[in-house]
Amino acid sequence: MNDTLLVIVLADAVLYGTPLLFASLGELLAERSGVLNLGVEGMMLFGAVVGFWVTQRVEGASASVLVLAILASGLSGAAMAAIHAFLTITLRANQIVSGLALTIFAGGLGLSAYVGTELGFSPDIPAKQHFGSVDVLGLADLPVLGPIVFDQSALVYASWIAALLVGLYLGRTRFGLNVRAVGEAPASADAMGINVTLYRYVHVLIGGGFAGVAGACYSLSISPGWIAGDTLIGGAGWIAIALVIFAFWRAELCLVGAYLFGALSALPFALQARNVDVAPEFLYALPYVMTIVVLVIVSTGLSKRHLGAPAALGIPYVREER
Amino acid sequence: MKLERRLTQPWWLSVAVPLGSLVLAFGLMALILVATGHDPIETYREILDAAFTGNGALSATLISATPILFTGLAAAAAFRMQLFNIGAEGQLYLGAVGASWIALQLGDRDATSTPLYVVAMCVAAGVAGALWGLIPGVLKAFARTNEIITSLMLNYVAGLLLTYLIFDSASYWRDTSTLQARAFPQGKPMPEASYWPTFGSDVVVPLGFVIGLGAAVVLWVLYTRMRFGFEVGVIADSPRAARYAGMRTRRKILSVMAVSGAIAGIGGASQIGDFTYTLDGSTTGLQAAAFGYTGIVVAALARYNPLAVCLVAVLIGGLQNAGYTLQGPDFPSGLVGVMQGIILFCALGGELLLRYRLRIRRRSSAHGGSGAAVEPAR
Repeated sequence: MNDTLLVIVLADAVLYGTPLLFASLGELLAERSGVLNLGVEGMMLFGAVVGFWVTQRVEGASASVLVLAILASGLSGAAMAAIHAFLTITLRANQIVSGLALTIFAGGLGLSAYVGTELGFSPDIPAKQHFGSVDVLGLADLPVLGPIVFDQSALVYASWIAALLVGLYLGRTRFGLNVRAVGEAPASADAMGINVTLYRYVHVLIGGGFAGVAGACYSLSISPGWIAGDTLIGGAGWIAIALVIFAFWRAELCLVGAYLFGALSALPFALQARNVDVAPEFLYALPYVMTIVVLVIVSTGLSKRHLGAPAALGIPYVREER
Repeated sequence: MKLERRLTQPWWLSVAVPLGSLVLAFGLMALILVATGHDPIETYREILDAAFTGNGALSATLISATPILFTGLAAAAAFRMQLFNIGAEGQLYLGAVGASWIALQLGDRDATSTPLYVVAMCVAAGVAGALWGLIPGVLKAFARTNEIITSLMLNYVAGLLLTYLIFDSASYWRDTSTLQARAFPQGKPMPEASYWPTFGSDVVVPLGFVIGLGAAVVLWVLYTRMRFGFEVGVIADSPRAARYAGMRTRRKILSVMAVSGAIAGIGGASQIGDFTYTLDGSTTGLQAAAFGYTGIVVAALARYNPLAVCLVAVLIGGLQNAGYTLQGPDFPSGLVGVMQGIILFCALGGELLLRYRLRIRRRSSAHGGSGAAVEPAR
């Protein structure tokens, strides 16, 4: 029963959805504070290569090496985000162009490829460590739910905790309220004594950290190893940005969207394994086409305000010019 | 230290700031090179040699500059209206598909019909690119869908379409005439008369580059000397004012996306006619160079000025070309992207100095013109 197409696709949907979830939660935090960061793809790739590097170089118990790798990926994602934060918050640069610049800088033809080549990584080098599935409570063989829920890697369970924490943080804490104020009305937040600059910096950096971890999901879990260029994550960073829009800037809906797109990413491989007679390009195009379709559905007839976009998203805050 | 918004911009500043950013960028890049154990001066000397001063270097640079001249213009045309068309990549692929289609349709003709091929290929590519660009355009105009994401997603779709046409279908573009071509999929070769001519002998200038320069001039006239460009400027600066003035924003979105897509598409025609002479569907061909994304770097560095795009395209083209030529242990792949990113970061940071005046206050009473102290007490 657990090898039916549906169960396989759903189990893989969780696998492929996890990096999307991490990345979109990070982007959500940055955007809720009013900063659009289009550099997700670049931050993810850099996180991926750094995470892979740690697992190749550090000897030790598997669990501790992997934890270290995830921490390093997060930090490297945050370091990339710091460039964007400095340019857009302190130097008031255009957030869209700066984000694109970050993707070019850190992305598949930039720093991540550079670092990978300098360290001598190539696709033939097997990963020494990777996240295996954890059989939770011995329930992995449970029909249907077993492979989908109880036989996933630790990253998946971590992402659930992250989604819960981000949701609670934004909705139920004072800091979360302040973040939302900074994103909606920075001038009022400033008048209330909230440090707009500090809040934006912190959340852009945390967002970058999430993106770095999302990248590590690829190099340490989905396809352990390192391939320079566009093939490793293939636009997942951009899908994560789209996810934030059709999650209406809510953490719980990011979870739904991530698995929807995880399923779309997993479907081609599952169908190909069963020799379905469709040109693979049509299947591979599915997530991209569906991103467009869902975005259109979400944006039709809804104004920016109804969508739930932070009102000050993309606008630099300058105290003297409010 | 304090930032004050500039009311006027001294003319020299718009030259000095980009140059200063460039110098800063190469300084930062040197730090990265040193940190990773390379000699920056030697690397820069090699780049300069491979890009401009070496034997035949300039000709090779122009080959790299041609596609990014088109994609740079495409990005500049759209970004001017705050319309972030990231889809030049895909629009270029579609242009290549359109251009190769018409060239194959025209069949083998004698050498005198080359101009016919050139015109037909440009038109077909322009139409194909414009139509592909109009997809995000229509979605933006009528459904207010974020054009950044839709145009970007379409890049992936266009890339898959290219692969499909050559590798996974018996399409019109695929060469199935010989046994070998059937085993190793490849595009049909173009008729020889459709090869675009080149100019010059010492420095070989591809026709595509000349067409790109022409497009830059047309775009410059359109954006600075005509009503079209004025309206684009107003919509960019203040959409609300534009609406009150009765400008048709929707129509403008569509036409700007079409113009942008068409220019990128002609870039695809130039790839076919100038260089590859066949539709290359592999991921190491047309899809490997990321022309579209580099075009954004070019446009942003040129501050969206079409004439400046020509100059910047040659500069960045030189860097790209040096990247291909020097690739190896001393010049790892990815270095070019890192450099482009840093240059763009510095240019973006430099924008601050164009818009704001940096004022360093020594004593609080030194600039008594403003501030509460001199306000008349009532």
